[in-house]
Amino acid sequence: MKLTEVIRIAWEAILKNKVRSFLTTLGIIIGVAAVIIMVAISAGTEATISEQITSLGSNLLFVQSSFSRAGPPGMGRSSGGLVYDDAAAIQEGVSGVKAVIVEQQATATIKAGSVTLENITVLGSTTEFPSVRDMDVAQGRYFNETENERKQKVAVLGSTLATELFGDANPIGQVITAETTKLTVIGVMAEKGTVGDVDYDSRLYVPIQVVFQKFTPSMFARIMGDSVRLLYVEMEDDANLEEVTTQIELLLAKRHDVSLDSLDFSVTSQQDIISTQESTTAAFRSLLAWVAGVSLIVGGIGIMNIMLVSVTERTREIGIRQAIGATPDDIRMQFLAEALLLSIVGGLIGMGAGMGGAILYGFLSDMRTVIVPGSILLAFGSAAIVGAFFGFYPANKAAQLDPIEALRYE
Amino acid sequence: MNDKTIIETIDLTKVYGMGDASVAALDGVSIEVKAGEFLAIMGPSGSGKSTLMHILGCLSRPTSGQYILDGQDISNLSKKELALIRNQKLGFIFQAYNLLPRTTALRNVMMPLLYDHNHHISDEVGEQKALNMLELVGLADRTHHQPQELSGGQQQRVAIARALINDPVLIIADEPTGNLDSHSGHEILDLLRSLHQKGVTIVMVTHDPITAEYTQRVIHLADGKVDSIKHNGHKL
Repeated sequence: MKLTEVIRIAWEAILKNKVRSFLTTLGIIIGVAAVIIMVAISAGTEATISEQITSLGSNLLFVQSSFSRAGPPGMGRSSGGLVYDDAAAIQEGVSGVKAVIVEQQATATIKAGSVTLENITVLGSTTEFPSVRDMDVAQGRYFNETENERKQKVAVLGSTLATELFGDANPIGQVITAETTKLTVIGVMAEKGTVGDVDYDSRLYVPIQVVFQKFTPSMFARIMGDSVRLLYVEMEDDANLEEVTTQIELLLAKRHDVSLDSLDFSVTSQQDIISTQESTTAAFRSLLAWVAGVSLIVGGIGIMNIMLVSVTERTREIGIRQAIGATPDDIRMQFLAEALLLSIVGGLIGMGAGMGGAILYGFLSDMRTVIVPGSILLAFGSAAIVGAFFGFYPANKAAQLDPIEALRYE
Repeated sequence: MNDKTIIETIDLTKVYGMGDASVAALDGVSIEVKAGEFLAIMGPSGSGKSTLMHILGCLSRPTSGQYILDGQDISNLSKKELALIRNQKLGFIFQAYNLLPRTTALRNVMMPLLYDHNHHISDEVGEQKALNMLELVGLADRTHHQPQELSGGQQQRVAIARALINDPVLIIADEPTGNLDSHSGHEILDLLRSLHQKGVTIVMVTHDPITAEYTQRVIHLADGKVDSIKHNGHKL
């Protein structure tokens, strides 16, 4: 029997029961669409997160204090973790480093005129901060090296903070109070948004020396230098990641007087963070795809069910075809083709619905969706396999009917 | 008329059930049908005529004995091989016409060509052949009608056209007039007779003596055995 004939007969059989065929394929349609949409949403989330991480700046290394050793930070000569001067040492002593910025955070209540805001993050940094972290100053300017060294009481506002404190008025030149320290506003940052759980627009940016002096004073600072949590190292574009990492580790281990086996800090690259993030979302994504895949299997069972009904309904037709010479293989092929065609048509509709749904979802919600071509192939392929698998049993049942019994069937 | 033997059965038996509960539907039937013959098989219900027809029509296999169709022993063929024999050598006419519903007369007639595994017949050739067959049975103007738009007599003519399209060596007709009024019934029997005159071999199962009158020879079955063979006398 020619393949075109097989397909034609199967297609006619499907069209004879349009509503039933549609309802049968609905399971497949939903399954395929669900796989595509789920994967699109998780891929969109992943892309957003990666972009946000990259938007923090490029070619970054994060050097973090790790307080793995006994005792609070600052107790004893060698257990203090990172100090402010480490930044300058890395800048000087490691090749391939473009800039090093230091951050020191504190929380403060801020007042400007009649407005009081509590729990505002005060971020102390050095002058390279905007360029390394890929942030722009929208109005006024960032503080300079002299202002930092001289601990001048100046501040740059995050965009949201500026609006909350001053509304539409120009904040430049205004004086705000953070805890007890009066700060003169010299600039406003451009909008940056939220990355992870950090809202870059609601922070107050001040020279790090001011933070050390006014917000996080330490009695050990005079002996050991000011302890800091995090250093951002921006590498030259052509710098080798491993080489720079090793150099930093050697240098800081020597400065902190610790062995390489028991470092009191860790060096992480931006790529490490992205990979960690990706492996997390990849696991989440495959979980979603599996859940959606289950609905494909349910759809397949629906096809099997309706094919069994169809075989019973068309027993007499099967008998007629057998009488005029259809072999068991011919009959099996006919019903298998019908099941396959149902699932393939369902798969195609599901593909359209899935892509449309993913685009619509991205359009209507804040979440971004990215249609992954692999997910379309996977979903469609599974639909076809499901059709063949669940179509086989009914088709086999049809092929094994006895022609005499089948012809007698009313 | 040539002397070629189309059907030869030797001591056919068909037993249903096992052990004590077994029933012999056929109990040693030996018959012979020559090419070009028009033969009737008669008998009361339970006489084994349906069972014999199913075996002659390659729809089931005998329990023992031999069935030689057109020179080929087909007693022990597989389901698939029997299907191919039905397709190549046999044409069926049923009491209930057994056309595919919601399918045009033309498509119904062409259907056996779909399952012709030996020759690949193009759609155009097949369609022309089907049109010729429908013309032969007098339905040239009904080719695109579906069964539910045709009268019983017309449906049976479509079935006859379908039975003829593969140039079978044998037509098996199972109560072909059973569902028809007597006028249409006689028309169908006249058609069968005219096919017989063109040399087609026909075996017809019937319980109606008037219908059997149309044939040359009547085999009566009783209790699974050949009871009598009667020649109708008219040489056609």
